[in-house]
Amino acid sequence: MALALENGRRMFDYWLTVYKRTWKGTMISSFLLPMLYLAAMGIGLGSFVDSNGTGALGGVSYLQFIAPGLLAATALQIAVGESTYPVMSGLKWQKFFHSMIATPLRPADVVYGQLAFIAFRVLSSCAVFLVIIALFGGLKSPLGILGLPVALLVGMAVAGPIAAYATTLENDSGFAMVFRFGVVPAFLFSGAFFPVSQLPDWIEWLAYVSPLWHAVDLSRNLSLGTVNPWLALVNVVYLLAWFIVGTWLAVRGFTRRLIR
Amino acid sequence: MEPLETTRKVSGEPSSVGQVSEQRESLVHVRDLRKSYGDFEAVRGIDLDVWRGEAFGFLGPNGAGKSSTMRMIGAVSPTSGGTLRILGLDPATDGPAIRARLGVCPQDDTLDTELTVRENLTIYGRYFGLSRAECRERADELLEFVALTEKAKVKVDELSGGMKRRLTIARSLVSKPDLLLLDEPTTGLDPQARHLLWDKLFRLKQAGVTLIITTHYMDEAEQLCDRLVVMDGGLIAAEGSPSDLIRDYSTREVTELRFGPDVMLADHDALAGKVEDLAQRIEVLPDRLLLYTDDGERAVAAVHERGLQPAAVLVRRSTLEDVFLRLTGRTLVD
Repeated sequence: MALALENGRRMFDYWLTVYKRTWKGTMISSFLLPMLYLAAMGIGLGSFVDSNGTGALGGVSYLQFIAPGLLAATALQIAVGESTYPVMSGLKWQKFFHSMIATPLRPADVVYGQLAFIAFRVLSSCAVFLVIIALFGGLKSPLGILGLPVALLVGMAVAGPIAAYATTLENDSGFAMVFRFGVVPAFLFSGAFFPVSQLPDWIEWLAYVSPLWHAVDLSRNLSLGTVNPWLALVNVVYLLAWFIVGTWLAVRGFTRRLIR
Repeated sequence: MEPLETTRKVSGEPSSVGQVSEQRESLVHVRDLRKSYGDFEAVRGIDLDVWRGEAFGFLGPNGAGKSSTMRMIGAVSPTSGGTLRILGLDPATDGPAIRARLGVCPQDDTLDTELTVRENLTIYGRYFGLSRAECRERADELLEFVALTEKAKVKVDELSGGMKRRLTIARSLVSKPDLLLLDEPTTGLDPQARHLLWDKLFRLKQAGVTLIITTHYMDEAEQLCDRLVVMDGGLIAAEGSPSDLIRDYSTREVTELRFGPDVMLADHDALAGKVEDLAQRIEVLPDRLLLYTDDGERAVAAVHERGLQPAAVLVRRSTLEDVFLRLTGRTLVD
Protein backbone atom coordinates (compact mmCIF):
# COMPACT_ATOMS: atom_id res chain seq x y z
CA MET A 1 0.00 0.00 0.00
CA ALA A 2 2.80 2.37 0.97
CA LEU A 3 4.59 1.37 -2.21
CA ALA A 4 1.50 2.03 -4.30
CA LEU A 5 1.18 5.48 -2.73
CA GLU A 6 4.84 6.28 -3.35
CA ASN A 7 4.70 5.03 -6.94
CA GLY A 8 1.42 6.78 -7.58
CA ARG A 9 3.03 9.99 -6.35
CA ARG A 10 5.94 9.56 -8.78
CA MET A 11 3.46 9.22 -11.61
CA PHE A 12 1.28 12.09 -10.48
CA ASP A 13 4.29 14.34 -11.13
CA TYR A 14 4.06 13.38 -14.76
CA TRP A 15 0.45 14.46 -15.06
CA LEU A 16 1.12 17.72 -13.28
CA THR A 17 3.93 18.51 -15.70
CA VAL A 18 1.65 17.76 -18.61
CA TYR A 19 -1.13 19.83 -17.06
CA LYS A 20 1.15 22.84 -16.68
CA ARG A 21 1.22 22.86 -20.47
CA THR A 22 -2.40 22.06 -21.18
CA TRP A 23 -4.40 23.71 -18.40
CA LYS A 24 -5.46 26.68 -20.52
CA GLY A 25 -7.17 24.38 -22.98
CA THR A 26 -9.15 22.71 -20.22
CA MET A 27 -10.53 26.00 -18.99
CA ILE A 28 -13.30 26.01 -21.58
CA SER A 29 -14.64 22.56 -20.79
CA SER A 30 -14.04 22.84 -17.05
CA PHE A 31 -15.39 26.30 -16.33
CA LEU A 32 -16.92 28.02 -19.29
CA LEU A 33 -19.47 25.36 -20.22
CA PRO A 34 -20.76 24.79 -16.68
CA MET A 35 -20.87 28.57 -16.23
CA LEU A 36 -22.98 28.89 -19.37
CA TYR A 37 -25.35 26.22 -18.11
CA LEU A 38 -25.54 27.95 -14.76
CA ALA A 39 -26.35 31.27 -16.41
CA ALA A 40 -28.76 29.95 -19.06
CA MET A 41 -30.60 27.42 -16.96
CA GLY A 42 -30.20 28.74 -13.45
CA ILE A 43 -30.74 32.40 -14.16
CA GLY A 44 -32.45 32.52 -17.57
CA LEU A 45 -34.77 29.53 -17.40
CA GLY A 46 -34.75 29.88 -13.60
CA SER A 47 -36.48 33.27 -13.59
CA PHE A 48 -39.25 31.77 -15.70
CA VAL A 49 -39.57 28.68 -13.47
CA ASP A 50 -39.46 30.71 -10.29
CA SER A 51 -42.21 33.06 -11.43
CA ASN A 52 -44.53 30.04 -11.85
CA GLY A 53 -43.88 28.72 -8.36
CA THR A 54 -41.36 26.03 -7.39
CA GLY A 55 -43.48 23.78 -5.21
CA ALA A 56 -42.40 20.68 -7.16
CA LEU A 57 -38.77 21.58 -6.45
CA GLY A 58 -39.38 21.93 -2.74
CA GLY A 59 -39.92 25.66 -2.79
CA VAL A 60 -36.35 26.72 -3.51
CA SER A 61 -35.19 28.87 -6.40
CA TYR A 62 -34.40 27.01 -9.62
CA LEU A 63 -30.80 28.18 -9.44
CA GLN A 64 -30.43 26.66 -5.99
CA PHE A 65 -32.12 23.52 -7.24
CA ILE A 66 -29.79 22.89 -10.18
CA ALA A 67 -26.48 24.33 -8.95
CA PRO A 68 -25.45 21.37 -6.72
CA GLY A 69 -26.41 18.91 -9.44
CA LEU A 70 -24.56 20.87 -12.08
CA LEU A 71 -21.48 20.68 -9.88
CA ALA A 72 -21.69 16.89 -9.75
CA ALA A 73 -22.35 16.67 -13.50
CA THR A 74 -19.28 18.82 -14.18
CA ALA A 75 -17.19 16.46 -12.06
CA LEU A 76 -18.46 13.52 -14.09
CA GLN A 77 -17.62 15.17 -17.39
CA ILE A 78 -14.09 16.07 -16.32
CA ALA A 79 -13.45 12.58 -15.00
CA VAL A 80 -14.72 10.91 -18.17
CA GLY A 81 -12.70 13.29 -20.33
CA GLU A 82 -9.49 12.49 -18.45
CA SER A 83 -10.03 8.73 -18.49
CA THR A 84 -10.72 8.39 -22.22
CA TYR A 85 -8.36 10.15 -24.66
CA PRO A 86 -5.38 10.44 -22.29
CA VAL A 87 -5.58 6.68 -21.64
CA MET A 88 -5.70 5.91 -25.36
CA SER A 89 -2.75 8.22 -25.88
CA GLY A 90 -0.66 6.51 -23.20
CA LEU A 91 -1.46 3.05 -24.51
CA LYS A 92 -1.43 3.60 -28.20
CA TRP A 93 -0.74 7.02 -29.64
CA GLN A 94 2.27 8.22 -27.69
CA LYS A 95 2.73 4.99 -25.72
CA PHE A 96 4.06 6.71 -22.64
CA PHE A 97 2.43 4.07 -20.41
CA HIS A 98 4.75 1.53 -22.02
CA SER A 99 7.78 3.59 -21.09
CA MET A 100 6.44 3.97 -17.54
CA ILE A 101 6.20 0.24 -16.89
CA ALA A 102 9.78 -0.23 -18.09
CA THR A 103 10.69 1.49 -14.79
CA PRO A 104 9.94 0.22 -11.26
CA LEU A 105 6.34 1.38 -11.76
CA ARG A 106 3.73 -1.34 -12.20
CA PRO A 107 0.52 -1.11 -14.26
CA ALA A 108 -1.40 -0.63 -11.00
CA ASP A 109 0.81 2.37 -10.14
CA VAL A 110 0.08 3.85 -13.56
CA VAL A 111 -3.64 3.56 -12.76
CA TYR A 112 -3.24 5.11 -9.30
CA GLY A 113 -1.25 8.02 -10.70
CA GLN A 114 -3.86 8.60 -13.38
CA LEU A 115 -6.68 8.49 -10.81
CA ALA A 116 -4.78 10.87 -8.54
CA PHE A 117 -4.50 13.32 -11.40
CA ILE A 118 -8.21 12.98 -12.20
CA ALA A 119 -8.95 13.64 -8.54
CA PHE A 120 -6.83 16.77 -8.75
CA ARG A 121 -8.59 17.93 -11.91
CA VAL A 122 -12.05 17.33 -10.45
CA LEU A 123 -11.24 18.97 -7.13
CA SER A 124 -9.55 22.05 -8.53
CA SER A 125 -12.17 22.69 -11.23
CA CYS A 126 -15.12 22.02 -8.97
CA ALA A 127 -13.70 24.18 -6.18
CA VAL A 128 -13.60 27.16 -8.52
CA PHE A 129 -17.05 26.35 -9.85
CA LEU A 130 -18.38 26.05 -6.31
CA VAL A 131 -17.10 29.53 -5.48
CA ILE A 132 -18.88 30.90 -8.54
CA ILE A 133 -22.09 29.11 -7.58
CA ALA A 134 -21.86 30.56 -4.09
CA LEU A 135 -21.32 34.06 -5.50
CA PHE A 136 -24.47 33.67 -7.61
CA GLY A 137 -26.35 32.61 -4.48
CA GLY A 138 -26.71 29.05 -5.68
CA LEU A 139 -26.07 27.46 -2.28
CA LYS A 140 -28.93 27.48 0.20
CA SER A 141 -27.03 26.06 3.17
CA PRO A 142 -23.30 26.24 4.03
CA LEU A 143 -23.39 22.44 3.99
CA GLY A 144 -23.53 22.83 0.21
CA ILE A 145 -19.75 23.09 0.36
CA LEU A 146 -19.81 19.34 0.93
CA GLY A 147 -20.84 19.14 -2.71
CA LEU A 148 -17.09 19.26 -3.38
CA PRO A 149 -16.26 15.88 -1.82
CA VAL A 150 -19.38 14.49 -3.48
CA ALA A 151 -18.10 15.77 -6.82
CA LEU A 152 -14.77 14.05 -6.13
CA LEU A 153 -16.58 10.84 -5.28
CA VAL A 154 -18.60 10.74 -8.49
CA GLY A 155 -15.51 11.62 -10.53
CA MET A 156 -13.64 8.71 -8.99
CA ALA A 157 -16.67 6.45 -9.40
CA VAL A 158 -16.71 6.85 -13.18
CA ALA A 159 -12.97 7.30 -13.89
CA GLY A 160 -12.06 3.66 -13.13
CA PRO A 161 -14.71 1.95 -15.25
CA ILE A 162 -14.19 4.33 -18.18
CA ALA A 163 -10.41 3.91 -18.07
CA ALA A 164 -10.93 0.13 -17.95
CA TYR A 165 -13.18 0.39 -20.99
CA ALA A 166 -10.55 2.52 -22.76
CA THR A 167 -7.98 -0.27 -22.36
CA THR A 168 -10.20 -2.59 -24.39
CA LEU A 169 -10.32 -0.26 -27.42
CA GLU A 170 -8.03 -0.13 -30.44
CA ASN A 171 -9.08 3.38 -31.48
CA ASP A 172 -11.01 6.32 -30.10
CA SER A 173 -14.30 5.73 -31.91
CA GLY A 174 -15.66 3.99 -28.80
CA PHE A 175 -15.36 7.23 -26.84
CA ALA A 176 -18.02 8.89 -28.97
CA MET A 177 -20.37 6.16 -27.72
CA VAL A 178 -19.41 6.90 -24.13
CA PHE A 179 -20.31 10.54 -24.57
CA ARG A 180 -23.43 10.01 -26.70
CA PHE A 181 -24.98 7.16 -24.75
CA GLY A 182 -23.37 7.66 -21.36
CA VAL A 183 -22.37 11.19 -20.45
CA VAL A 184 -25.03 13.21 -22.29
CA PRO A 185 -28.06 11.14 -21.16
CA ALA A 186 -26.67 11.01 -17.63
CA PHE A 187 -26.18 14.78 -17.69
CA LEU A 188 -29.75 15.41 -18.85
CA PHE A 189 -31.68 12.69 -17.01
CA SER A 190 -29.91 12.22 -13.68
CA GLY A 191 -31.95 14.81 -11.90
CA ALA A 192 -29.63 17.76 -12.28
CA PHE A 193 -32.30 19.89 -14.01
CA PHE A 194 -35.55 18.37 -12.75
CA PRO A 195 -36.59 15.69 -10.26
CA VAL A 196 -36.36 12.26 -11.87
CA SER A 197 -39.80 11.45 -10.44
CA GLN A 198 -41.09 13.49 -13.40
CA LEU A 199 -39.78 10.80 -15.76
CA PRO A 200 -41.54 7.61 -16.93
CA ASP A 201 -40.87 4.85 -14.40
CA TRP A 202 -38.41 2.85 -16.48
CA ILE A 203 -36.21 5.89 -17.16
CA GLU A 204 -36.51 6.84 -13.52
CA TRP A 205 -35.01 3.49 -12.58
CA LEU A 206 -32.23 3.94 -15.13
CA ALA A 207 -31.45 7.21 -13.38
CA TYR A 208 -31.20 5.45 -10.02
CA VAL A 209 -28.62 3.06 -11.53
CA SER A 210 -26.44 5.91 -12.76
CA PRO A 211 -23.79 7.09 -10.31
CA LEU A 212 -24.53 10.66 -11.29
CA TRP A 213 -28.07 10.54 -9.85
CA HIS A 214 -26.64 9.51 -6.48
CA ALA A 215 -24.16 12.36 -6.55
CA VAL A 216 -26.75 14.90 -7.69
CA ASP A 217 -29.20 13.78 -5.04
CA LEU A 218 -26.62 13.88 -2.25
CA SER A 219 -25.11 17.17 -3.36
CA ARG A 220 -28.52 18.81 -3.59
CA ASN A 221 -29.80 17.47 -0.27
CA LEU A 222 -26.70 18.80 1.42
CA SER A 223 -27.12 22.23 -0.11
CA LEU A 224 -30.87 22.42 0.52
CA GLY A 225 -30.54 20.99 4.01
CA THR A 226 -32.83 18.05 3.21
CA VAL A 227 -30.41 15.23 3.99
CA ASN A 228 -31.86 11.89 4.94
CA PRO A 229 -28.92 10.10 6.62
CA TRP A 230 -29.92 6.65 5.39
CA LEU A 231 -30.40 7.76 1.82
CA ALA A 232 -27.12 9.69 2.01
CA LEU A 233 -25.39 6.53 3.20
CA VAL A 234 -26.83 4.59 0.25
CA ASN A 235 -25.56 7.33 -2.12
CA VAL A 236 -22.06 7.24 -0.66
CA VAL A 237 -21.81 3.45 -0.51
CA TYR A 238 -23.11 3.13 -4.07
CA LEU A 239 -20.53 5.63 -5.38
CA LEU A 240 -17.74 3.99 -3.36
CA ALA A 241 -18.69 0.62 -4.82
CA TRP A 242 -18.36 2.05 -8.34
CA PHE A 243 -14.99 3.53 -7.39
CA ILE A 244 -13.62 0.32 -5.91
CA VAL A 245 -14.88 -2.04 -8.61
CA GLY A 246 -13.92 0.45 -11.33
CA THR A 247 -10.39 0.84 -10.02
CA TRP A 248 -10.02 -2.93 -9.86
CA LEU A 249 -11.25 -3.21 -13.46
CA ALA A 250 -8.86 -0.46 -14.56
CA VAL A 251 -5.87 -2.18 -12.94
CA ARG A 252 -6.87 -5.42 -14.63
CA GLY A 253 -7.32 -3.68 -18.00
CA PHE A 254 -3.99 -1.84 -17.80
CA THR A 255 -2.17 -5.01 -16.77
CA ARG A 256 -3.67 -6.99 -19.64
CA ARG A 257 -2.79 -4.33 -22.13
CA LEU A 258 0.72 -3.50 -20.91
CA ILE A 259 2.08 -6.86 -19.70
CA ARG A 260 2.08 -9.29 -22.58
CA MET B 1 29.84 14.33 -18.18
CA GLU B 2 32.57 11.76 -17.75
CA PRO B 3 31.53 8.43 -19.24
CA LEU B 4 32.49 6.64 -16.02
CA GLU B 5 29.67 8.34 -14.20
CA THR B 6 27.11 6.58 -16.31
CA THR B 7 27.47 3.28 -14.50
CA ARG B 8 26.53 2.61 -10.93
CA LYS B 9 29.47 1.11 -9.08
CA VAL B 10 28.55 -1.91 -7.00
CA SER B 11 30.37 -1.54 -3.71
CA GLY B 12 33.57 -3.53 -3.28
CA GLU B 13 33.56 -4.63 -6.87
CA PRO B 14 36.29 -3.49 -9.24
CA SER B 15 35.37 -2.10 -12.61
CA SER B 16 34.61 -4.99 -14.88
CA VAL B 17 36.18 -3.45 -17.97
CA GLY B 18 38.90 -5.74 -19.24
CA GLN B 19 38.21 -8.30 -16.55
CA VAL B 20 35.26 -10.01 -18.10
CA SER B 21 37.05 -13.31 -18.40
CA GLU B 22 38.37 -13.42 -14.83
CA GLN B 23 35.18 -12.78 -12.95
CA ARG B 24 32.29 -13.55 -15.14
CA GLU B 25 29.12 -12.44 -13.48
CA SER B 26 26.01 -13.42 -15.36
CA LEU B 27 23.66 -10.44 -15.54
CA VAL B 28 21.16 -12.31 -17.67
CA HIS B 29 20.87 -16.04 -17.19
CA VAL B 30 18.56 -17.87 -19.58
CA ARG B 31 17.84 -21.59 -19.79
CA ASP B 32 15.22 -23.18 -22.03
CA LEU B 33 13.33 -19.88 -22.11
CA ARG B 34 9.98 -19.95 -23.89
CA LYS B 35 7.28 -17.46 -24.81
CA SER B 36 3.91 -18.22 -26.35
CA TYR B 37 1.10 -15.95 -27.42
CA GLY B 38 -1.91 -18.26 -27.59
CA ASP B 39 -0.95 -21.05 -29.97
CA PHE B 40 2.00 -19.16 -31.40
CA GLU B 41 5.40 -19.93 -29.91
CA ALA B 42 7.55 -16.84 -30.38
CA VAL B 43 10.51 -18.18 -28.35
CA ARG B 44 10.96 -21.95 -28.35
CA GLY B 45 13.61 -22.71 -25.77
CA ILE B 46 16.81 -20.66 -25.76
CA ASP B 47 19.90 -20.75 -23.53
CA LEU B 48 22.31 -17.88 -23.01
CA ASP B 49 24.25 -15.81 -20.50
CA VAL B 50 25.14 -12.15 -20.74
CA TRP B 51 28.24 -11.32 -18.72
CA ARG B 52 28.81 -8.08 -16.88
CA GLY B 53 30.58 -5.48 -18.99
CA GLU B 54 30.02 -7.00 -22.40
CA ALA B 55 27.95 -5.84 -25.34
CA PHE B 56 25.66 -8.64 -26.37
CA GLY B 57 23.68 -8.72 -29.59
CA PHE B 58 20.53 -10.41 -30.82
CA LEU B 59 20.44 -10.75 -34.59
CA GLY B 60 17.65 -12.26 -36.58
CA PRO B 61 15.01 -11.61 -39.19
CA ASN B 62 11.60 -10.18 -38.27
CA GLY B 63 9.63 -12.66 -36.19
CA ALA B 64 12.73 -14.50 -34.97
CA GLY B 65 11.78 -13.88 -31.33
CA LYS B 66 14.27 -11.09 -30.57
CA SER B 67 11.77 -8.54 -29.33
CA SER B 68 9.84 -11.10 -27.28
CA THR B 69 13.09 -12.12 -25.62
CA MET B 70 14.01 -8.48 -24.99
CA ARG B 71 10.63 -7.81 -23.39
CA MET B 72 11.09 -10.78 -21.07
CA ILE B 73 14.58 -9.57 -20.13
CA GLY B 74 13.07 -6.13 -19.56
CA ALA B 75 10.79 -7.75 -16.95
CA VAL B 76 7.61 -6.50 -18.64
CA SER B 77 6.55 -9.79 -20.20
CA PRO B 78 5.99 -12.98 -18.21
CA THR B 79 7.85 -16.07 -19.41
CA SER B 80 5.90 -19.09 -20.66
CA GLY B 81 8.53 -21.60 -19.58
CA GLY B 82 12.16 -22.13 -18.64
CA THR B 83 14.46 -20.15 -16.36
CA LEU B 84 15.17 -16.44 -16.53
CA ARG B 85 17.29 -14.56 -14.01
CA ILE B 86 18.08 -10.90 -14.51
CA LEU B 87 20.74 -9.40 -12.22
CA GLY B 88 20.32 -12.60 -10.20
CA LEU B 89 16.61 -11.93 -9.62
CA ASP B 90 13.48 -13.65 -10.84
CA PRO B 91 11.31 -11.28 -12.91
CA ALA B 92 8.15 -13.13 -11.86
CA THR B 93 8.60 -11.97 -8.26
CA ASP B 94 11.10 -9.08 -8.39
CA GLY B 95 10.01 -7.20 -11.50
CA PRO B 96 10.15 -3.68 -9.99
CA ALA B 97 13.54 -4.34 -8.33
CA ILE B 98 14.96 -5.56 -11.64
CA ARG B 99 13.50 -2.70 -13.65
CA ALA B 100 14.97 -0.23 -11.16
CA ARG B 101 18.42 -1.29 -12.41
CA LEU B 102 17.63 -1.54 -16.14
CA GLY B 103 17.70 1.09 -18.83
CA VAL B 104 15.37 0.41 -21.73
CA CYS B 105 15.52 2.01 -25.15
CA PRO B 106 12.45 0.63 -26.94
CA GLN B 107 12.06 0.16 -30.66
CA ASP B 108 9.66 3.06 -31.07
CA ASP B 109 10.40 6.28 -29.24
CA THR B 110 7.86 6.35 -26.44
CA LEU B 111 8.71 9.95 -25.61
CA ASP B 112 6.06 12.40 -24.54
CA THR B 113 5.83 14.73 -27.49
CA GLU B 114 3.85 17.37 -25.57
CA LEU B 115 6.73 17.91 -23.15
CA THR B 116 10.13 19.47 -23.66
CA VAL B 117 13.31 17.49 -24.15
CA ARG B 118 14.44 18.20 -20.61
CA GLU B 119 11.06 17.45 -19.04
CA ASN B 120 11.07 14.04 -20.67
CA LEU B 121 14.26 13.25 -18.73
CA THR B 122 13.30 14.78 -15.38
CA ILE B 123 9.90 13.09 -15.38
CA TYR B 124 11.46 9.73 -16.19
CA GLY B 125 13.88 10.09 -13.31
CA ARG B 126 10.92 10.56 -11.00
CA TYR B 127 9.57 7.13 -11.99
CA PHE B 128 12.77 5.67 -10.54
CA GLY B 129 12.25 7.57 -7.31
CA LEU B 130 15.02 10.13 -7.84
CA SER B 131 14.42 13.44 -6.10
CA ARG B 132 13.49 16.41 -8.26
CA ALA B 133 16.93 17.93 -7.70
CA GLU B 134 18.69 14.70 -8.72
CA CYS B 135 16.48 14.53 -11.80
CA ARG B 136 17.45 18.04 -12.87
CA GLU B 137 21.14 17.34 -12.37
CA ARG B 138 20.97 14.03 -14.24
CA ALA B 139 18.98 15.59 -17.07
CA ASP B 140 21.61 18.27 -17.64
CA GLU B 141 24.46 15.72 -17.62
CA LEU B 142 22.67 13.45 -20.06
CA LEU B 143 21.67 16.25 -22.42
CA GLU B 144 25.34 17.12 -22.59
CA PHE B 145 26.24 13.47 -23.20
CA VAL B 146 23.87 13.10 -26.17
CA ALA B 147 24.59 16.62 -27.44
CA LEU B 148 21.07 17.96 -26.95
CA THR B 149 21.79 20.70 -24.41
CA GLU B 150 20.76 23.37 -26.89
CA LYS B 151 17.44 21.65 -27.45
CA ALA B 152 16.63 21.32 -23.74
CA LYS B 153 13.60 23.61 -23.87
CA VAL B 154 12.33 22.48 -27.25
CA LYS B 155 9.21 20.31 -27.51
CA VAL B 156 9.99 16.73 -28.54
CA ASP B 157 7.63 17.15 -31.50
CA GLU B 158 10.17 19.43 -33.16
CA LEU B 159 13.15 17.03 -32.97
CA SER B 160 14.53 15.03 -35.89
CA GLY B 161 14.44 11.24 -35.80
CA GLY B 162 18.09 11.03 -34.78
CA MET B 163 17.61 13.52 -31.96
CA LYS B 164 14.62 11.56 -30.67
CA ARG B 165 16.67 8.36 -30.60
CA ARG B 166 19.44 10.14 -28.71
CA LEU B 167 16.91 11.49 -26.26
CA THR B 168 15.42 8.02 -25.79
CA ILE B 169 18.90 6.67 -25.07
CA ALA B 170 19.55 9.52 -22.65
CA ARG B 171 16.26 8.75 -20.95
CA SER B 172 17.22 5.10 -20.54
CA LEU B 173 20.36 6.25 -18.69
CA VAL B 174 18.59 8.48 -16.16
CA SER B 175 18.72 5.84 -13.43
CA LYS B 176 22.39 4.90 -14.05
CA PRO B 177 21.44 1.37 -15.08
CA ASP B 178 23.64 -1.69 -14.68
CA LEU B 179 22.18 -3.14 -17.84
CA LEU B 180 21.03 -1.24 -20.91
CA LEU B 181 18.56 -2.84 -23.33
CA LEU B 182 18.48 -1.36 -26.82
CA ASP B 183 15.86 -2.64 -29.25
CA GLU B 184 16.94 -1.71 -32.78
CA PRO B 185 18.55 1.54 -31.64
CA THR B 186 19.47 2.89 -35.08
CA THR B 187 16.64 1.65 -37.29
CA GLY B 188 15.45 4.45 -39.55
CA LEU B 189 18.35 6.80 -38.92
CA ASP B 190 20.62 8.41 -41.48
CA PRO B 191 24.32 7.39 -41.54
CA GLN B 192 25.47 10.47 -39.59
CA ALA B 193 22.98 9.86 -36.83
CA ARG B 194 23.86 6.16 -36.70
CA HIS B 195 27.56 6.84 -36.32
CA LEU B 196 26.94 9.40 -33.61
CA LEU B 197 24.81 6.87 -31.71
CA TRP B 198 27.42 4.13 -32.12
CA ASP B 199 29.95 6.52 -30.68
CA LYS B 200 27.75 7.16 -27.63
CA LEU B 201 27.07 3.46 -27.13
CA PHE B 202 30.76 2.66 -27.44
CA ARG B 203 31.52 5.21 -24.73
CA LEU B 204 28.93 3.64 -22.46
CA LYS B 205 30.46 0.23 -23.04
CA GLN B 206 33.88 1.62 -22.18
CA ALA B 207 32.39 3.00 -19.00
CA GLY B 208 31.39 -0.52 -18.02
CA VAL B 209 27.69 -0.51 -18.84
CA THR B 210 26.51 -3.91 -20.02
CA LEU B 211 24.64 -3.56 -23.31
CA ILE B 212 22.10 -5.84 -24.92
CA ILE B 213 21.26 -4.83 -28.47
CA THR B 214 18.89 -6.18 -31.09
CA THR B 215 19.55 -5.16 -34.65
CA HIS B 216 18.98 -5.96 -38.29
CA TYR B 217 22.21 -4.26 -39.23
CA MET B 218 25.23 -6.51 -39.49
CA ASP B 219 27.66 -3.61 -39.51
CA GLU B 220 26.09 -2.39 -36.27
CA ALA B 221 26.53 -5.81 -34.69
CA GLU B 222 30.16 -6.01 -35.86
CA GLN B 223 30.82 -2.50 -34.55
CA LEU B 224 29.24 -2.84 -31.16
CA CYS B 225 28.91 -6.44 -30.05
CA ASP B 226 31.51 -8.52 -28.26
CA ARG B 227 29.29 -11.51 -28.58
CA LEU B 228 26.02 -12.23 -30.27
CA VAL B 229 23.41 -14.83 -31.07
CA VAL B 230 21.63 -15.27 -34.36
CA MET B 231 17.98 -16.13 -33.73
CA ASP B 232 15.67 -17.74 -36.24
CA GLY B 233 12.19 -19.12 -35.71
CA GLY B 234 12.33 -18.66 -31.95
CA LEU B 235 15.58 -20.59 -31.56
CA ILE B 236 19.25 -19.66 -31.36
CA ALA B 237 20.87 -20.64 -34.64
CA ALA B 238 24.43 -19.65 -33.67
CA GLU B 239 26.34 -17.95 -30.90
CA GLY B 240 29.79 -16.38 -30.66
CA SER B 241 31.87 -13.28 -31.28
CA PRO B 242 31.51 -11.72 -34.74
CA SER B 243 34.89 -13.17 -35.80
CA ASP B 244 34.05 -16.60 -34.35
CA LEU B 245 30.81 -16.68 -36.25
CA ILE B 246 32.48 -15.70 -39.50
CA ARG B 247 35.11 -18.40 -38.96
CA ASP B 248 32.55 -21.06 -38.03
CA TYR B 249 29.80 -20.30 -40.51
CA SER B 250 31.55 -18.70 -43.44
CA THR B 251 34.98 -18.62 -45.08
CA ARG B 252 37.64 -15.99 -44.72
CA GLU B 253 36.87 -14.46 -48.11
CA VAL B 254 34.11 -14.33 -50.67
CA THR B 255 34.64 -14.03 -54.41
CA GLU B 256 31.72 -12.49 -56.26
CA LEU B 257 31.52 -13.21 -59.99
CA ARG B 258 29.19 -11.26 -62.27
CA PHE B 259 28.70 -12.43 -65.82
CA GLY B 260 26.77 -9.47 -67.16
CA PRO B 261 23.09 -8.74 -67.59
CA ASP B 262 22.50 -11.19 -70.46
CA VAL B 263 23.37 -14.25 -68.43
CA MET B 264 20.24 -15.86 -67.03
CA LEU B 265 19.79 -17.77 -63.80
CA ALA B 266 19.84 -21.09 -65.68
CA ASP B 267 23.22 -20.15 -67.16
CA HIS B 268 24.38 -19.27 -63.66
CA ASP B 269 23.56 -22.79 -62.54
CA ALA B 270 25.64 -24.17 -65.41
CA LEU B 271 28.51 -21.80 -64.63
CA ALA B 272 28.33 -22.75 -60.97
CA GLY B 273 28.84 -26.38 -61.98
CA LYS B 274 32.10 -25.42 -63.66
CA VAL B 275 33.61 -23.69 -60.66
CA GLU B 276 32.00 -25.54 -57.79
CA ASP B 277 35.21 -27.36 -56.80
CA LEU B 278 37.07 -24.04 -56.41
CA ALA B 279 35.17 -23.02 -53.28
CA GLN B 280 34.07 -24.55 -50.01
CA ARG B 281 30.56 -23.38 -50.73
CA ILE B 282 28.93 -21.70 -53.66
CA GLU B 283 25.80 -19.66 -53.84
CA VAL B 284 23.87 -18.85 -57.01
CA LEU B 285 22.03 -15.53 -57.08
CA PRO B 286 20.09 -14.04 -60.00
CA ASP B 287 22.87 -11.57 -60.82
CA ARG B 288 26.01 -13.23 -59.51
CA LEU B 289 27.82 -16.25 -58.12
CA LEU B 290 29.30 -16.20 -54.62
CA LEU B 291 32.34 -18.41 -54.02
CA TYR B 292 33.08 -18.90 -50.34
CA THR B 293 36.77 -19.61 -50.04
CA ASP B 294 39.72 -18.84 -47.79
CA ASP B 295 41.75 -17.47 -50.72
CA GLY B 296 39.62 -15.34 -53.01
CA GLU B 297 42.38 -14.31 -55.40
CA ARG B 298 43.35 -17.90 -56.04
CA ALA B 299 39.76 -18.70 -56.88
CA VAL B 300 39.69 -15.81 -59.36
CA ALA B 301 42.86 -17.07 -61.02
CA ALA B 302 41.42 -20.57 -61.27
CA VAL B 303 38.19 -19.24 -62.79
CA HIS B 304 40.20 -17.46 -65.47
CA GLU B 305 42.32 -20.59 -66.10
CA ARG B 306 39.12 -22.45 -66.94
CA GLY B 307 38.45 -19.97 -69.68
CA LEU B 308 35.54 -18.21 -67.96
CA GLN B 309 35.31 -14.46 -68.49
CA PRO B 310 33.23 -12.85 -65.75
CA ALA B 311 32.25 -9.24 -66.49
CA ALA B 312 33.14 -8.17 -62.97
CA VAL B 313 35.02 -9.75 -60.09
CA LEU B 314 35.02 -8.71 -56.45
CA VAL B 315 37.06 -10.33 -53.72
CA ARG B 316 36.00 -9.31 -50.23
CA ARG B 317 36.26 -10.51 -46.65
CA SER B 318 33.36 -12.46 -45.24
CA THR B 319 31.03 -10.41 -43.10
CA LEU B 320 28.40 -11.18 -40.53
CA GLU B 321 25.88 -10.64 -43.27
CA ASP B 322 27.16 -13.78 -45.01
CA VAL B 323 26.81 -15.67 -41.75
CA PHE B 324 23.36 -14.26 -41.19
CA LEU B 325 22.08 -15.12 -44.65
CA ARG B 326 23.56 -18.59 -44.44
CA LEU B 327 21.88 -19.25 -41.10
CA THR B 328 18.52 -17.63 -41.71
CA GLY B 329 18.20 -18.00 -45.47
CA ARG B 330 17.49 -15.44 -48.15
CA THR B 331 13.76 -15.91 -48.09
CA LEU B 332 11.80 -12.88 -47.00
CA VAL B 333 10.08 -13.38 -43.65
CA ASP B 334 7.11 -11.18 -42.83
